[in-house]
Amino acid sequence: MMVFSLALRNLLRNRRRSMTTLAAMVVGLVSMLIFGGYARNAILATQTGYVQYHGHLQIQHKGYFLYGSGNPVAYGITDYQRIIDAVKKDPVLQPMLAVVTPSLRLNGIAGNFSNGVSKGVVAAGVVVDEQNKMRKWDDYGSLSYAPPIALAGTPADSVVMGTGVARLLQMCAPLKLKDCPTAEDMGASASAGESGPAAPDHIAALSALEQAGAPDAGDTHIELLAASVRGAPNVTGLNVVRADNWGVKEIDDSLIVMHLDQAQRLVFGGAAPQVTAIQIQLAHTAQMPAARARLDQLLATEFKALKLEVLDYETLSPIYKQVIQFFDSMFGFISILIYMIVLFTVGNTMSTAVVERTTEIGTLRAIGQRRAGIRSLFVSEGLLLGLIGAGLGIAIALPIAYVINHSGMTWAPPGYSYEYPVMVRVWGDNKLMFGSALSLALLTVVSAWWPANRAAKLNIVDALRHV
Amino acid sequence: MSSVILKQVDKTYRLGAVTVPALANINLEIRPNCFTVISGASGSGKTTLLNMIGCIDRPDAGEIILAGRAVNTMSDNELSDFRVRHLGFVFQSFNLMPVLTAYENVEYPLLLAKMPARERKQRVMSMLDAVGLADKASNQPGQLSGGQRQRVAIARALVMSPKLVLADEPTANLDSETGAAIIVLMRKMQHEHKVSFVFSSHDPKVLAEADDAVFIRDGRITGIERRETVLERSS
Repeated sequence: MMVFSLALRNLLRNRRRSMTTLAAMVVGLVSMLIFGGYARNAILATQTGYVQYHGHLQIQHKGYFLYGSGNPVAYGITDYQRIIDAVKKDPVLQPMLAVVTPSLRLNGIAGNFSNGVSKGVVAAGVVVDEQNKMRKWDDYGSLSYAPPIALAGTPADSVVMGTGVARLLQMCAPLKLKDCPTAEDMGASASAGESGPAAPDHIAALSALEQAGAPDAGDTHIELLAASVRGAPNVTGLNVVRADNWGVKEIDDSLIVMHLDQAQRLVFGGAAPQVTAIQIQLAHTAQMPAARARLDQLLATEFKALKLEVLDYETLSPIYKQVIQFFDSMFGFISILIYMIVLFTVGNTMSTAVVERTTEIGTLRAIGQRRAGIRSLFVSEGLLLGLIGAGLGIAIALPIAYVINHSGMTWAPPGYSYEYPVMVRVWGDNKLMFGSALSLALLTVVSAWWPANRAAKLNIVDALRHV
Repeated sequence: MSSVILKQVDKTYRLGAVTVPALANINLEIRPNCFTVISGASGSGKTTLLNMIGCIDRPDAGEIILAGRAVNTMSDNELSDFRVRHLGFVFQSFNLMPVLTAYENVEYPLLLAKMPARERKQRVMSMLDAVGLADKASNQPGQLSGGQRQRVAIARALVMSPKLVLADEPTANLDSETGAAIIVLMRKMQHEHKVSFVFSSHDPKVLAEADDAVFIRDGRITGIERRETVLERSS
């Protein structure tokens, strides 16, 4: 007779108790799988967001990430187009590439001098079409895409700013922003307005020079002042075409996005243009180690003199690792709670079974069953409970995940202004699905071990006398 | 050659701080192919003596020889294997596995002995046929009467063709008619299988069937009577 056949029959003897134990396991496993699938989706959605904005890898001047922010002149990449061409033509990298695009970050002061206000900003000069292509990346079927930059097909002096920048520069009305109260609305002191200081003479002169011959942009016009080559200030007039919520307040209050050419003219003037990063988006995240290794090789050989380095999105966005750690710790905490519940539930069920079947244990031992045989009988019952519970847990979690995935619920990952569909990624995540199920099944064996061992050590005579 | 030899066997139980002598200086030889009854009042030590002979309890002192082997020095696993191959048990409350059918209950010792499936089937059916329950092979114990359950237990005890079957008051939970039928069946099986039966009982009907009767009181053997004497007593 098979041990498992006997174990199954013993489990069926007390159906209610077995079902209660199974129910505890199934509920526990379903909770683990649903939360694990949700956490997995949150991590992938967060990754997707970063990759849509920044790419997987960035080539930067050595030291730019730590020391060069706001100093594009000192940490710029010269001859960047040659690097981009080399990357795009590299036979190893070529099949992995989705987008390779340059970007220039600079610090400056944006001024709406018609209202007498200015604000320190970070400006990102980008190739708009390539950035918008990056935002369509969706390797995990998240079915959500970062909104495109509203600069496609716009004149060179066009700019998109954060709603926070627009608010601070008192441009809510001309940009038709909703939920954008003025300082007066909030009861704060009146802005400088007409009584505020006018633009300094040299800034006004620079602005006038820049705008000479340009059409009047009206209420959406700003000036952007930045340090140019050799540290001299330069200013350019820009037309704000739109304000978007960038998600994180600090970014929303400081970031403006503009055409790369315009940003380069502002910083480098007539000198050779540079960029602060070459963003590389791959077709799949899994290709990152191979792509990075090849890029390192390429930079170390063909572009050794330029002192460049490759950084991945996890390094560039430390919050990504923090998001993973947060969800991992939550999943771990929930798993431990469920494991403890299952441990005690199964242990209690098996202990009760041992007490109820003491005479049977004595009988089996008397007719020649070894201690190990008794032990394996009860452990098999625990294992069987675990396997059935694991199977049922997966079978129930999958349709629940399906319903959630098709419910239309959405959420915004940390730091994002746009929403992703709430998805529970159980199917296809074998590590989560089978790892959780098998660990729970293994736990039932551990739970059954102690009562099984106690059953095996029973004195035969005492067991036969048991009433 | 004796089926069982006990030499100066002692056994004491401890109940808290109190020690209770269960067996004291037991010297006994049980003849092969005989019906031996251990008789005594309740608490006299007959079940303890049966447990010693059945290798499910160990003596504090003395020696027990079964099938030519000193069993009291065997390890637990050796004793388990020895019980499978050389001993059969019939219990007062039948002690069948409730989740197994009659067939499977009888088959269980053969599985422990790792007997091939074909031989198992042949032996089980032969044994169930011998106890008159071939048609109940697929019934679980809950679907059988008390007498039928005890017959399944007898089949289980004999299926490995042991040298010795131990029966602890096998008729105590049966009505007198069924009990008598069970004794007749065991007697028949004893003759057919040439096996020694050792009972603990104070049932005069069981005593009447005995070849040998061992009388025990306060853990000591007070007398051993052969068949002729036993017949005189029971009449």
